[in-house]
Amino acid sequence: MEKKLEKILKNYVKDECNIISTLQDVQEILGYIPEEAINFLSKKLDIPASRLFGIITFYSQFHLKPRGENIITICRGTACHVNGSERLINRLLIELEIPPGGDTTDDLRFTAEKVNCVGTCSMAPVVIINKRVHGEMTTDKLIKEIKILKGKR
Amino acid sequence: MVTLKIDGMKVTVRKLSTVLDAAKKLDIPIPTLCHHPELSPFGGCRLCIVEVQGMARPATACTTIAKEGMIVTTTSPYLEKLRKTILELLLSDHPNDCMVCERAGDCTLQELAYFYNIRENRFVGEKRPFIKKDENPFVERSMEKCILCGQCVRVCDEIQGVGAIDFAYKGFNTRVCASYEKDLNCEFCGQCVAVCPTGALTGKMWAHKGRQKDIEQVDTVCPYCGCGCNLTLHVRRNEIIRVSSKKDTINEGWLCMKGRFGYGFINSDERLTKPLIRTAPKKHSADSGQWTNPPNNPPTPPLAKGGEGGFERGGNGGVDSSLLTPHSSLFREVSWEEALNFVAKRLGEIKERYGADSIGGLSSARCTNEENYLFQKFMRAVIGTNNVDNCVRYCHSSTFAGLASVFGSGAMTNSVPEIENHDVIFVIGSNTTETHPIIGLKMKKAVKNGAELIIADPRRIELVRFAKIWLQHRPGTDVALLNSIMHVIVKEDLIDKKFIEERTEGFESFKQSLAEYTPEEGERITGVPKEDIIKVALLYGNAVRPGIYYTMGITQHSHGTENVYAIANLALMTGNLGRESTGVNPLRGQNNVQGATDMGCIPDFYPGYQKVNIPGIKQKFEMAWGVKLSDKVGLTATEIINAAFKGKLKASYIMGENPVLSDPDVNHTIKALGKLDFLVVQDIFMTETAELADVVLPAACFAEKDGTFTNTARRIQRVRKAVEPPGEAKEDSWIIMELANLFGYKMRYNYIGEVFHEAGKAWPAIAGITYGRIEKIGLQWPCPTLDHPGTLYLFKGGFPRGKAAFSTIRYRPSEELPDNEYPFLLSTGRQLFQYHTGSMTRKIDAINKVSPEAYIEIHPDDAKQLGVNDGDTVKVSSRRGSIDIKVLISERPLKGMTFIPFHFKEAAANVLTSSVLDPIARIPELKVCAVKIEPIHQI
Ligand code: SF4
Ligand code: SF4
Ligand code: SF4
Ligand code: FES
Ligand code: FES
Repeated sequence: MEKKLEKILKNYVKDECNIISTLQDVQEILGYIPEEAINFLSKKLDIPASRLFGIITFYSQFHLKPRGENIITICRGTACHVNGSERLINRLLIELEIPPGGDTTDDLRFTAEKVNCVGTCSMAPVVIINKRVHGEMTTDKLIKEIKILKGKR
Repeated sequence: MVTLKIDGMKVTVRKLSTVLDAAKKLDIPIPTLCHHPELSPFGGCRLCIVEVQGMARPATACTTIAKEGMIVTTTSPYLEKLRKTILELLLSDHPNDCMVCERAGDCTLQELAYFYNIRENRFVGEKRPFIKKDENPFVERSMEKCILCGQCVRVCDEIQGVGAIDFAYKGFNTRVCASYEKDLNCEFCGQCVAVCPTGALTGKMWAHKGRQKDIEQVDTVCPYCGCGCNLTLHVRRNEIIRVSSKKDTINEGWLCMKGRFGYGFINSDERLTKPLIRTAPKKHSADSGQWTNPPNNPPTPPLAKGGEGGFERGGNGGVDSSLLTPHSSLFREVSWEEALNFVAKRLGEIKERYGADSIGGLSSARCTNEENYLFQKFMRAVIGTNNVDNCVRYCHSSTFAGLASVFGSGAMTNSVPEIENHDVIFVIGSNTTETHPIIGLKMKKAVKNGAELIIADPRRIELVRFAKIWLQHRPGTDVALLNSIMHVIVKEDLIDKKFIEERTEGFESFKQSLAEYTPEEGERITGVPKEDIIKVALLYGNAVRPGIYYTMGITQHSHGTENVYAIANLALMTGNLGRESTGVNPLRGQNNVQGATDMGCIPDFYPGYQKVNIPGIKQKFEMAWGVKLSDKVGLTATEIINAAFKGKLKASYIMGENPVLSDPDVNHTIKALGKLDFLVVQDIFMTETAELADVVLPAACFAEKDGTFTNTARRIQRVRKAVEPPGEAKEDSWIIMELANLFGYKMRYNYIGEVFHEAGKAWPAIAGITYGRIEKIGLQWPCPTLDHPGTLYLFKGGFPRGKAAFSTIRYRPSEELPDNEYPFLLSTGRQLFQYHTGSMTRKIDAINKVSPEAYIEIHPDDAKQLGVNDGDTVKVSSRRGSIDIKVLISERPLKGMTFIPFHFKEAAANVLTSSVLDPIARIPELKVCAVKIEPIHQI
């Protein structure tokens, strides 16, 4: 990992302004932002680790834990909520056997996450599966999609 | 300047002042929660809102800049309603915990709730749960009480320069935490605790010890380092339960971990409480053949010690293990009368038989000025010898020998508050942030104000982070480094000709001597790139208000005095002396090392640096003290040990020092002390040295007596009694006086201030200082008259000895350098959390938790080569002994160099060090010796 991080750092001048994009690169390459990466950057860039942690927890685009190969994002904005997104979430968690409080399966194949309004309310409820937006989702449709993904390997 | 009107009153303030500053000037109170005068404005709590004419909405006074003609209202029913709402919102998720909160009575939030009469809350809301992670022994974090004022975040970043904590997450989930919400792992300065306006941050060790009721607050001075921070001790039922510091002190209320949390030793149940007389035979007495049994010496049962089984001693690590037995089997408890009579009798006999010069005294830089004055008076007037010294020998005698002979004074030329105004700070051989934390903070502040920081240190010390340039020279090559810097300064013509002309002598021949130290030659010897040498020369040479700071990295060498001369040369040739924020500043290690030396606890000087061998001066003191005095310069501390070893010195009186651990070559010291006919040790704990004594006298610690300490910047400050000493322990001054009286020499003072007054009569530089004048803030000597304001910086009008002389100094290598057999270079020193030989800090559980054991810092490359990992135990040996110690792989030292802190007796660094002395100052070379490292293969 150190080597990967060194490489990321090389692309950037020692400058706090680039810190967000540096962190984005870390996430791009490692899939998430592990504590060691923050400690490494903190030392190299002479920025306190606590400040970097503040940044990555402020922006929801950064993840502190490893994420699954497949990302299922369920919208729970007002429109989607009214149209039953909560049901979708519950069903999905059961299907994927994700323990309460968690969001990723133990085998790191799936991550289920919730967002607030993805901006296509007319299609509520909305689920994004691996970056593809699916509107008017039902539990059956969702399970079918999941089964397909599970079958792939 | 701008003038504005607040609540109908006119006020004029400096440009860029805030409305809050202006209101403060008028004494108009505005409630605040997130504001701190020393920190950058935040504007987060909105409690300080005011109405400004012409502005649509209320503005926060702490961030609004005062403008000409502004009309401000700080209170109105509307504002008060808003403030109350803000408070109600803050309290909506605040646990109603005041009953048991450590902060109650000292909490800004609680106080505001009281004034705004908030009982029920309109907005009872969801509470924020926090998973408590605080195993750390110092800072208790109850973050559900946090109001997100950000003061802790800012103080940690802006003042302490650490940045251990920051805001994380957002919205309702916002919290203040360390990276990945881990436990704190920081410098534990407690600055965050001090600024927190609520009970979110408190001291762990404060818990359930008492809050406001029945608490007495006593202002005094920190007993640890030479910064001389002012402390306020909170006392309840004869126990110190908390330490704080006021904002209007020289340390501005900031403290380091030792000062803030290092008070546990005072109440330690390991304190000595009764005088002890040895019953067991001495270990090394066999070869001295002189040892006599104390009179009436029946075998006594072991000391009963409050249920606890005496001492727990760690591994032996190179120190003769048979010496580390519980003292109950070595000593018996006696009355003061018996102990003192016995001491007087034995010292009397030895003086009679071998002469006064067969007795040597070591005084303590931890004790007060008054006690040091009495100690040297006892040795000189009662015993009749000048054999008296203090630990300055081990740290700054080379400073003294160097600076005093050049400038006529060996003290710091500037004062602590001046540090922030330097434009260039040159720190050489001083790990300031760890050894002098508050001076370190000042340096960081100076850097913030725009000063350029130059560090010369073989290790990557913490200050390097703040430095403009870091010279990593090989240990022991300071003279070569400084000479090559001066070479460039001459070449670039950055010398101060007028200063050289008017105030110095010997420049021409000195200048010649620099010719050979070209930057190239400097690079060859020191390993520092020549470009960097040139850069530093230009930086320092062009500076307007530069300050040089150094400590043991300069002085603890066999050429320590020469190092100091080189520094003096640098300051002289550039004329950088005798102005505000400009000078040469040796930082004193211990709280009162300056005072102990000032008070004459050195073998060649009476109080105030008056030579013992000048007849006129001797006469003056003979008149004052009413006895004949010796004009023979006494033995230094190092010589006292050596003379004991050779059997020339027969008895020693050691007050509050632990030479067994602090002196080089432990085994030599133990043997030497073992050969004494008679050894008296006066201390607050059974130290390794006390274990060798014939009589141990229990003393009072700094919190148990009145007096004064002199900080590293010559500031004399009041020490005040807060609690009674434990058991029968007595103030050192009482013990010395009683002893003197037993010798038939009358020492009687009604109160301790009289001793100070007497010292002032002997030494004009402090004649103008009285306890009354230093009631609140200390004064810096020289202060010759009662109306003299004290002296911030020295040599304004010139040097006391007339012209200062340049000294020609040539680089010579350290005495013991690595070779094939002992390939590594070892330096020893201190670390932040422990203090000196640990006789105080190591009694404190909380400190031992964060700094439990000794280690040897090894560069990663060397570790790889040796095949050792972090935490492995290795055997480190020198020509004098060996210790087992854990490895800490670190990029701090240079390759080939290692470092061991000397606080730990289980792996006593000084088993390894060499006792080679500087020929002039007789300071031991503790910074350079050769060692080998062998992995120990665990089976
Ligand atoms: S104790 Fe000091 S270093 Fe640690 S978080 Fe608080 S302010 Fe920062
Ligand atoms: S912990 Fe205290 S100082 Fe820090 S943000 Fe919270 S209330 Fe303010
Ligand atoms: S910096 Fe020195 S004087 Fe100040 S609190 Fe720490 S140890 Fe005490
Ligand atoms: S609420 Fe789901 S897309 Fe807007
Ligand atoms: S004190 Fe001004 S906003 Fe907090």
